[in-house]
Amino acid sequence: MNKVYDNKAWLLILPMLALVAFSAIIPLMTVVNYSVQDVFDANTRFFTGTEWFAQMLNDPTLQSALLRQFAFSLTVLAIQVPLGIGIALLMPKKGWQASAVLILVTLPLLIPWNVVGSIWQIFTRGDIGLMGWSLRELGYEYNITRSAVDAWGTIIIMDVWHWTPLIALLCYSGLRSIPEAYYQAARIDRASKWSVFRFIQLPKLTNVLVIGVLLRFMHSFMIYAEPFVLTGGGPGSSTTFLSQSLTTMAIGQQDLGPSAAFSLIYFLIILLVSWVFYTAIMNMQKDKEEGA
Amino acid sequence: MSQSKPTTPDEVRNRAALNDKRRRRKARAVPSRLRPKLLLGLYLLFVLLPIYWLMNMSFQSNTEILGGFTLWPEDFTFEHYSKIFTTETWYMGYVNSLTYVLMNMVISILVALPAAYAFSRYRFIGDKHLFFWLLTNLMAPPAVFLLPYFQLYYTVGLFDTHIAVALAHCLFNIPLAIWILEGFMSSVPKEIDETAFIDGYSFPRFFVRIFIPMIRSGIGVTLFFLFMFSWVELLLASTLTSTNAQPIASVMTSTKTASGIDWGTMAAAGVLTILPGILVVYFVRNHIAKGFALGRT
Repeated sequence: MNKVYDNKAWLLILPMLALVAFSAIIPLMTVVNYSVQDVFDANTRFFTGTEWFAQMLNDPTLQSALLRQFAFSLTVLAIQVPLGIGIALLMPKKGWQASAVLILVTLPLLIPWNVVGSIWQIFTRGDIGLMGWSLRELGYEYNITRSAVDAWGTIIIMDVWHWTPLIALLCYSGLRSIPEAYYQAARIDRASKWSVFRFIQLPKLTNVLVIGVLLRFMHSFMIYAEPFVLTGGGPGSSTTFLSQSLTTMAIGQQDLGPSAAFSLIYFLIILLVSWVFYTAIMNMQKDKEEGA
Repeated sequence: MSQSKPTTPDEVRNRAALNDKRRRRKARAVPSRLRPKLLLGLYLLFVLLPIYWLMNMSFQSNTEILGGFTLWPEDFTFEHYSKIFTTETWYMGYVNSLTYVLMNMVISILVALPAAYAFSRYRFIGDKHLFFWLLTNLMAPPAVFLLPYFQLYYTVGLFDTHIAVALAHCLFNIPLAIWILEGFMSSVPKEIDETAFIDGYSFPRFFVRIFIPMIRSGIGVTLFFLFMFSWVELLLASTLTSTNAQPIASVMTSTKTASGIDWGTMAAAGVLTILPGILVVYFVRNHIAKGFALGRT
């Protein structure tokens, strides 16, 4: 769309800007402020420069938490995106069934995050939970508090359960917008199901997939409440993700300087990955438009 | 040709073979038509089982829950639900959560609508940078901001009020709303705006009377997402409140006492947290099916 150049548009943005800036910039400044100081109390502070940053970057527990975090985010994205697209393709298109399936599919999204953790904590208990009990009956020694593999597997299944609906929901509405004429043309050409998907449905889904994948990446990278409630980060530190290390440091140990430095590093990593991803997609779309 | 009666033995045999083939194809066709339903059914089972388990527990007495494994409540009881509806901390938790979620939805949509319009219709200094900066607010891990938030809201005297949480949730909800709304607005042809202005509509009148009705489904979808993210967020909500505005999610953590966890009440409270969401999805379901689609271009 050709947009008009008009700086008066700023007036429309101002209320939003004031609100978001209040919630974003002031706290961010505080974090930056802490990250370069050693804070003893409100009046005793020392300027430390980049010391905390160097310390945090060389901290082996943080490095391993970061690796775990990337492994986790990539795994859940690799499962949730294809699964979500698949579910969206399978969902009924009209009638009461469509409404019913839509409501059922979105259920996990509407549960507060710590409740999600609690649900799965109960569900996976060997003595009173359906999943834990069933696995035991099947002869698998399932124990998320002892086995790191079980804990990881459970957290991934829980995340897939919790967040695949978001991708499915976005793709479902994306699919609904494809005009029937496209499908008719495909039928006349006797296109296979795969080519209908590849050349009609998938291109139409790119827009919503950008939103979906970006949101999923950011949220999975910030995951906190669910694994905290489910495993408490254990066994050992096998399921301690970045947010949890950060919270322990900031709230538990009151290490303001280091945790602020860590926060900023954390924020920059997400920013960088999202920016690369965002620009790549935007450029791809631009190329496509120019090529067309 | 195939309608004419077969006359020679050869033709009869061919016809029989052909019919046979058709029958076999039909026999194969049925399962392949059922397969999508089967797969979807399996997925729904996966979605519903943990939720079923939660409901199952919410109707059991604590002794039954801890006593052993039962597939359905044998000792059916409403005690946990009645406890929630008669204890002030419990039911006020729901009221508090709903209050700040609704406040947040109203604030977010009111400031996001004009901003999204500006992004979809105009170019101005710094527009692209501003748009990406908005997205970065979705990326701020709440853990990063916990302490500064606490200090900020404490200093301005908003600590433990509903509006504090509503404002804090604006951090991620406004950018998301702008992102979604901008997509919907961009799909409305600009000629509509121009015609309205030529017809003498003032900007506010055009916006409310003509433009908003045109993107109604987009607003529906946006409201769903605003509700969802504010309702499920917990870290900021529980940090910024203590007793007066305590959200239900943090009331639930109080079931952990020295004598162990009150599983039954926790399960019942969990079930009740799903209900408002179901209502919201029910109201916007048709918009979701239409919506989004338009996405960003």
